[in-house]
Amino acid sequence: MTITATSLSFSYGPKQALNDVNFTLEKGQFHALLGPNGAGKSTLFALITRLIALQNGDIKIDQQSIKSQPASAMKRIGVVFQQSTLDLDLTVQQNLLYHASLHGITTSTAKSRIKHELTRMEMMDRANEKIRSLNGGHRRRVEIARALLHEPDILLLDEPTVGLDPQTRRSLNTYVRKLCSEQNLTVLWATHLMEEIELTDPVILLHQGSVLINALASALVEQSGYQNLTDAFHHLTEKDNLGVNR
Amino acid sequence: MNLAASWYCFKGILIREFLRFIQQRSRFLSALVRPLLWLIVFAAGFRAALGIAIIEPYETYITYETYIAPGLCCMILLFNGMQSSLSMVYDREMGSMRVLLMSPLPRPYLLLCKMVATALISLTQVYAFLLIALLVEVEPPLIGYLTVLPALLLVALLLSSLGLLLSTKIKQLENFAGVMNFVIFPMFFLSSALYPLWKMQESSEWLYWICTVNPFTYAVELVRYALYAELQTEAMLITMIATVVFSLLAVTGFNPKKSGR
Repeated sequence: MTITATSLSFSYGPKQALNDVNFTLEKGQFHALLGPNGAGKSTLFALITRLIALQNGDIKIDQQSIKSQPASAMKRIGVVFQQSTLDLDLTVQQNLLYHASLHGITTSTAKSRIKHELTRMEMMDRANEKIRSLNGGHRRRVEIARALLHEPDILLLDEPTVGLDPQTRRSLNTYVRKLCSEQNLTVLWATHLMEEIELTDPVILLHQGSVLINALASALVEQSGYQNLTDAFHHLTEKDNLGVNR
Repeated sequence: MNLAASWYCFKGILIREFLRFIQQRSRFLSALVRPLLWLIVFAAGFRAALGIAIIEPYETYITYETYIAPGLCCMILLFNGMQSSLSMVYDREMGSMRVLLMSPLPRPYLLLCKMVATALISLTQVYAFLLIALLVEVEPPLIGYLTVLPALLLVALLLSSLGLLLSTKIKQLENFAGVMNFVIFPMFFLSSALYPLWKMQESSEWLYWICTVNPFTYAVELVRYALYAELQTEAMLITMIATVVFSLLAVTGFNPKKSGR
């Protein structure tokens, strides 16, 4: 399952949030979407998930435009938003059942999938606890489990580790990478934390609404002339070093 | 649209609304306390000041409590519709509206499910109120409890759709106080909920005119007649038309093309 964005531009009134963005996400690959705050990452997520409508350009999932086939696009995408979208007063299971019903999944099928996902995340014993009683890391796990309930081919995560401690961040990142390789999931992981990116990851670097770099992380380091990804990122986003697109 | 999937979706939304409702018991109580205060305290003070002549659908002289009971039923639905509007704004802020909109089912259908679910939850509160109202001798015929059901459902949908429409227009939570002052109270006071319209006409012709164009007046009259097993066709038609118009506007308001965020 590939996602292709072509000539994507979006503005909030006079403020240009995205400007002529082009990229392709390859099937079964972990992609990192890098960018400082305000780079346009969340806008890009909102466009792919149809929370806001496309203004210019198009997004295609396996050659099907999300404009013409919105329902089929939604079936194939699982999302973890930057801000938690769980109902704090409902239990883990109730939150997950609600999501499953929105996708038209029967209760019995939903329950067996919930069991599978929660067991995999070592969260099954928390199924009947209210979200309010879970810590940030566990809430994120529930959100990832929820995003996978309808068995999507694409998983989008918008800064999923914000506010979590380094150990939990690492374990979530490792878990999603495992999903990606085991289930052939196409993953787009938005972040501004360099330690979440491996040198073999394809990286899309967004800066001020434009794609600054679209290359492997190792190539990004190489092209920048710096020793590591963190320095390369700061260098590239502090100065507008355009012209290094793949 | 797959019928089975649509049904599971509606069931899921209804269960979620119900679970949220029972989680917030204080909301249930406050929704009851408000109309009960009007019924027991306000009506006790006003019954002496306001004599009600024999008017349709009542067959004899009635107490003021009996007169305002249908209006107070609608008041519960009005506050619930608006509270649901607040919750939608809150949802939008917190992002759980995003979860709803990520469903592959058509958005107008999702919003309709949300409205029907809110309406059904509101009905339980109205019946709880009507049961307590028996204590102050508001005693419609037994069949009235059944015939009022579709009327209440329609009115609940009217006010849910109005709530949804408002939630599409209010981007910040703090504006809800404005909705209370500029929508809820005027709608309630400029209707036949607390006094018959001919009384209002005696006092002010132009206030009377505003009451006659207020859809809430027709909602109250629809419920008043239905509670006595009678159908007020004009009230039903106007309530229906207003429901359809508000629903369409609300659904269009949620069109992502118009969303700037």
